[in-house]
Amino acid sequence: MRAAVSTPSITSTDHRIAWMAALAVALSMAESVFPSPIPGVKPGLANIIVLLVLHQDGLRAAVWVSGLRVIAGSLFFGSFLTPTFFLSLSGASCSLLMLTLTWRLPRPWFGPITHSLLSSLAHVAGQLFVVYLWLIPHRGIMYLVPILAVAAVVFGLVNGLIAARLLQAPSPAPASRAELAGIPATSRTG
Amino acid sequence: MAKRYEETLINPVCSSTLQFPLAIVVQRFFKPGDWLTLALVCCSVGWLCATLWRHGAGDLVIVRSKGQVVSELSLQRNRTLSVTGPLGATVIEVKDQRVRIVSDPSPRQICVHHGWLKHVGEMALCLPNQVSVEVADARGRVDSVNY
Repeated sequence: MRAAVSTPSITSTDHRIAWMAALAVALSMAESVFPSPIPGVKPGLANIIVLLVLHQDGLRAAVWVSGLRVIAGSLFFGSFLTPTFFLSLSGASCSLLMLTLTWRLPRPWFGPITHSLLSSLAHVAGQLFVVYLWLIPHRGIMYLVPILAVAAVVFGLVNGLIAARLLQAPSPAPASRAELAGIPATSRTG
Repeated sequence: MAKRYEETLINPVCSSTLQFPLAIVVQRFFKPGDWLTLALVCCSVGWLCATLWRHGAGDLVIVRSKGQVVSELSLQRNRTLSVTGPLGATVIEVKDQRVRIVSDPSPRQICVHHGWLKHVGEMALCLPNQVSVEVADARGRVDSVNY
């Protein structure tokens, strides 16, 4: 049993993906506390995590984190295989598709803000597609499109800025740990 | 030495949270292409709003008497029409892409007081005389919109 757990197939990348997916689930649970004026208008803070993973670990890891977030999140919410789950799944798939496309844009010119804006719009588009095809096949939902699109742009911009800010922050963990470890040494010498 | 340790602990946090005025945000986080994306996205969302929320001026007036369509007038042509109901004649006027009920024998004059109509879906009802006027879109006629 122990040997099975510690097989070499579990890499540090796997651990990182699991951590980031857990963070994403935690963020989406945290934001679900706040009531939303219209169903579907949410900040989508978990997408910040997906953006971070995309920039730091690449596309494959981002797909994993996003997929795990959808499935594990729906298990936590108790919405697995319900309409909510499929909405979330279609939104995440479209958003990932958009990320794979925008990821090919020249990186020095297009940053996380571009990725975030376009993928949040794709997210809304994917959800609306499922809503229209399956849940509410009525042209009336077209009246909601502008509201959802404006919300997607606003939150996409904010999430992109947060992701850009986090990506530019110097990674503090190793340095501060070294410093903390170094404190007794310096106090001894001083 | 202890003081320097405190500084190293607190300073990075303070400087990174306080450095958030708009100029720094714009300078540090936006790449040239990001501006392009933002502009394109804003334009397309504006276009979406304009096209999907267009309660445009209608171009057709549907006149009904006792529930039956008695006449369909164009809003583009000025004219006056008289429709006879159980109480008498209701006079309808189309002028400058608008329509109104000029006079009606109904006691409370509700449809006359309704004034000019020009948007798709607007309606004036003269119930006692069983006459109604509705502005519609010639391309796709919509009875009512509920959402």
